[in-house]
Amino acid sequence: MGQKKALLIDITLCVGCNACQAACKVENKLPEGEEKALSLSAFTALSEHDGLFVRHMCQHCDIPTCVSACPVGALEKRADGPVLYDGDKCIGCRYCMQACPFHIPRYEWKSTRPGIKKCILCAPRLAKGLPTACAEACPTGATKFGDRNDLLIEATNRITADPGKYVAKIYGKTDVGGTSVLYLSPVPFEKLGFDTRLGQEPMPLLSMNALSKVPNVVGVGSVMLAGIWWITNRREDVAREEGSRKQDSNHENRG
Amino acid sequence: MKTFKFPRITFWGVVATTLILLGVGAAIARFTLGLGATTNLSDEFPWGLWIGFDFLGIGLAAAGFTIVAAVHLFHARQYEPIVRPAILTAFIGYLLVVLVLVIDLGRPDHFWHPLVMWNPHSVMFEITWCVILYTTVLSAEFAPIVLEKFNLHAPIKWIHSVSLPLMILGVLLSTLHQSSFGSLYLIVPNRLHPLWYTPLLPILFFISCIASGVSMVILETLVLSRKGRTLLPAALRANLAKITAVALAVYLVVRFQDMFSRHALGELKHLTYHSAAFYFEIIVGFVIPFILLLSHRIRNSRRGLYVTTLMVLAGFAANRMNTAITGLESYPTHTYFPSLLEVLIMTGIAAIGFTAFTLIARYLPIFPDMPQPEPDEHPFSSLSPAVEGE
Repeated sequence: MGQKKALLIDITLCVGCNACQAACKVENKLPEGEEKALSLSAFTALSEHDGLFVRHMCQHCDIPTCVSACPVGALEKRADGPVLYDGDKCIGCRYCMQACPFHIPRYEWKSTRPGIKKCILCAPRLAKGLPTACAEACPTGATKFGDRNDLLIEATNRITADPGKYVAKIYGKTDVGGTSVLYLSPVPFEKLGFDTRLGQEPMPLLSMNALSKVPNVVGVGSVMLAGIWWITNRREDVAREEGSRKQDSNHENRG
Repeated sequence: MKTFKFPRITFWGVVATTLILLGVGAAIARFTLGLGATTNLSDEFPWGLWIGFDFLGIGLAAAGFTIVAAVHLFHARQYEPIVRPAILTAFIGYLLVVLVLVIDLGRPDHFWHPLVMWNPHSVMFEITWCVILYTTVLSAEFAPIVLEKFNLHAPIKWIHSVSLPLMILGVLLSTLHQSSFGSLYLIVPNRLHPLWYTPLLPILFFISCIASGVSMVILETLVLSRKGRTLLPAALRANLAKITAVALAVYLVVRFQDMFSRHALGELKHLTYHSAAFYFEIIVGFVIPFILLLSHRIRNSRRGLYVTTLMVLAGFAANRMNTAITGLESYPTHTYFPSLLEVLIMTGIAAIGFTAFTLIARYLPIFPDMPQPEPDEHPFSSLSPAVEGE
């Protein structure tokens, strides 16, 4: 597996040629065509914002929300970066789609046995030591493949070398705990449709906070309920006993 | 003994049968054509009406664990007569929710996967386990009613010997399950509107389910007690109403305190799509019923309780639907409205629930110490194509 791989997408270098999408479609055997939004036939898409082109794709989070949300573990984060999906496990509940902060998974709505589709960071290519198809196809170097740590250093270098060209932020460095797809932008990210309010904390912690209380609820709850049962039961017993004793003494008096 | 006669045709019977048949037809369409062709669900709105309906069913089923806890764990024996109706409500509620979940799942044939493929980090995983375990507990709590009918006393004894741990387990599972439906949305702080998103969602879901569960019990005792035969003395019913009022008050305090500390109250300054939904939910379902239930006269009046419990249930439904749907919409760009088929499947399943309750209440000893119910003029008395005695 080795180092955690990543992509560095430099929006200033992208010319919108769509070579990444074309290569992606060949690699994943998807129908041809230029698509502006993610779909079942586009695991990456290119949208334009005032002359700037933004690639959309699964961000391959370090601590992915979808992986934590899936009830059956059909989604899995690999040590070398990709978030993979196993359709044989999937029950089709769509909680991953609801949970994903980047709205990535696409559902096979037309199928009678639907699952999800999304980018897998060319996991089979990575296993062979190859870069992703999109990075290999990019003619301008706007999408660069490499070890995540190296790419973070390179991104920092690019920003410091030409501070006028970039906003001082690497999107994905720490957002939702860090992702394997990193972006550099010449304009504030929110202007390009990025959600910059997701925070630094991995989303799964939000539900983990609640789930971690479950053992306590079970432990404390069962003892408390059993205790209440015992006390109220005892109270009933005592009342019954006292009642019969009263009757007994009445008998004696009469006798 | 009763003699079997052909089902008498009643208005509610026809309505229920029609709804069930339409629902079955819609379900067949859903399974043959797929979710995309039959629902308005989409990549933007992967969850819709059915999830909201699940919340509702589970919330009404809260009648089961609250009354079981009160009677069998806290020894409030005076409520004994409503234990069985409450367990029946919960049992039917959970079975219907399982049914809806199976229809909602993309791959229903894989519904058993969470049992063997574990992901304890997933709220959905916890929910699946709670549903399965609590439905099992409910069937064990319900089994004596069936066994009694057929005079099978040995198995009743077995169940009775484990009844205490079983009931404790049931209450714990309910507590976890009711709150974990709220936890489902903890993971979407970026999407759920601030009027509904709060880290306290699980706690708020739990408090409100007590109000709705007890209201459901009150409503049932009102509907089922008629013609001079009362399921529960009026004084005890008034006590249940008091419990509802307390739950509503606690809910309002926690909710508004939380909104205040999260600075979400500002969202209420202007009347928007979302604030209107919020106002309806809070005023109709929580504030007005709370104020009404403070009155001694209303707590002791059948009509007063009818109105207030229906308001609580409506507000509860609005709260769950707002959390599941409205709060995730961003009006007017991203909205969701259920398709006709989604609605038909939901109404069909609701009709199955009402019919099942009426039929089971008629044939099984749900009300052991009372004469068999007589059909009368009450609108709810014949919800189904029921078989009449005599």
